Amino acid sequence: MSLLEVSSLTVRFAGLVAVDAVDLAVEAGSIHALIGPNGAGKTTTFNLITGLIPPTSGSIRLDGVDITALPAFRRAGCGMARSFQNIRIFAGLTVLENVLTGLHAGLGSNLLDVVLRLPGFRRQERDAVARARAALEIVGLAGRADDAATALAYGDQRRLEIARAIVARPRLLLLDEPAAGMNPAETEALAALVRRIRDAGTTVLLVEHDMGFVMGIADRVTVLNFGRRIADGAPAAVRRDPAVITAYLGAKVAARLEAAG
Amino acid sequence: MPVWLDDFLWTYQNVVYALGINGLLALSMYVVLAVGQLSLGQAAFMGMGAYSSALLTLKLHLPFAVVLPAATIPPVLFALAIGTPTLRLSGVYLAIATIGLGEVLRAVYLNVDALGGALGISGIPERAGMVSIYGLLIVALAVLWLVARSGIGRAMEAMREDEIAAAVMGVNVRRYRLGALLASAVLAGAAGALSAHVSSFIGPNEYGFEPAVTILSYALLGGISSPFAPVAGAWILTLLPEALRGFADLRLVFNGLIIVVVVLFLPNGLLPLRMRRWVK
Ligand SMILES: Nc1ncnc2c1ncn2[C@@H]1O[C@H](COP(=O)(O)OP(=O)(O)OP(=O)(O)O)[C@@H](O)[C@H]1O
Ligand SMILES: [Mg+2]
Repeated sequence: MSLLEVSSLTVRFAGLVAVDAVDLAVEAGSIHALIGPNGAGKTTTFNLITGLIPPTSGSIRLDGVDITALPAFRRAGCGMARSFQNIRIFAGLTVLENVLTGLHAGLGSNLLDVVLRLPGFRRQERDAVARARAALEIVGLAGRADDAATALAYGDQRRLEIARAIVARPRLLLLDEPAAGMNPAETEALAALVRRIRDAGTTVLLVEHDMGFVMGIADRVTVLNFGRRIADGAPAAVRRDPAVITAYLGAKVAARLEAAG
Repeated sequence: MPVWLDDFLWTYQNVVYALGINGLLALSMYVVLAVGQLSLGQAAFMGMGAYSSALLTLKLHLPFAVVLPAATIPPVLFALAIGTPTLRLSGVYLAIATIGLGEVLRAVYLNVDALGGALGISGIPERAGMVSIYGLLIVALAVLWLVARSGIGRAMEAMREDEIAAAVMGVNVRRYRLGALLASAVLAGAAGALSAHVSSFIGPNEYGFEPAVTILSYALLGGISSPFAPVAGAWILTLLPEALRGFADLRLVFNGLIIVVVVLFLPNGLLPLRMRRWVK
């Protein structure tokens, strides 16, 4: 059974069907890429899966459990985490504190514990800090833990978002254009990082425009265009799919390529 | 005792009481600002606490130890009632809705005979004092300081900056907002009960727009970097008019000026330094 099963997911904004009857099955333990031209509905699909917007119709199952109606904050507790295309780190917090927010769902923070500060609670806090430092170590930001989050360079802020997303060891990690704005060396390091995250037991669904990155890393690729799924399969097969080539290059170019053999 | 000394103590005592009560009001503003909400219902909550405590003391003759907690019930129920609908509002809309609440209540106090109408309620015995006022202020400061330094405080700061990202981290944003509003109601309601029981008289015009803005200016001046900051703001704004007694009429002008200056030049208040959380 797939870890994530999205069936005929649809969302309609005033006049526009941004996601149109999309089916998507993400296998546990895989790295799955969701690609498509600008405005295809990739981020909107992520927003639906993470509960930030309600679907017009369709369903979302995580590990067989229907989570379509769960509010976003509960999906974190179900083992779902994500990064954002337009970086959304907490600017007023330090790097370490940003990562600690990723543990919020798992830390039973209740008022009485906070006021009494019993040993069990203090131990839980210490564990949380140790886990946050370990997550920073994994993404290569261990030395920046006490810096202001805004002091990080753009690529480092993307890595901070990943640390914040993986610190709770989610079952499913959604990364929205993690390589955006990174240079080739950084992108290569990112690919290694994503594989490491997958090897540690987290299933990864990612949106990315960098085709080299996608083809090198994905076990499976789903292609969206104008909100519809136009292809789904192994990277090599999807790359040769005429519908995909047409979507990316436009119909004219595709016809010329076809004619040229 | 010479008359001047008696006089001095009397004045001094009122200022000391006002510092404690205004500190509590500043905290009731702080708790909502700390989760990123601009809710200006604090003066209205204070009025509910003041009126209900006065009635409980004068009509039911209950001891103050019962009256003080009981007086927070009406504002808390009100906060629960408006919590769900108004907190869908945000920013300036929420501010206006909560100011409206204060004006509606003023009309109620003015027109209900049992609440004394335009004359208000007088003859309230002096049951509050240094112990009740400063005891409550110290407890409130200690609890809020512990909360601010904990994971709850971290979640509050996260949602203040980005509610969507905070929700994705698992923060139940609605519950935090409602919790903050309830805490605000408790603090302001208690402050209202305390002030009614040190001043002997309460009136319908004491809990409207003007005090709502004054309470906001406490938190704006001090900032919300820690719970101590808004209390410091309240103390400065309570002591300054005492120091500048001649300008008592200009109090509201002065508060307005402070808001403008702080918003323009000190967006994080006078005490912008963040406290450190336990992250070792
Ligand atoms: N809240 C919204 N209201 C109205 N339209 C929206 C909303 N969110 C997205 N859209 C529209 O839905 C379409 C899909 O947008 P989406 O952001 O999902 O695309 P995308 O595939 O992530 O594109 P990109 O590669 O540029 O990030 C776009 O036409 C966008 O303008
Ligand atoms: Mg996008």
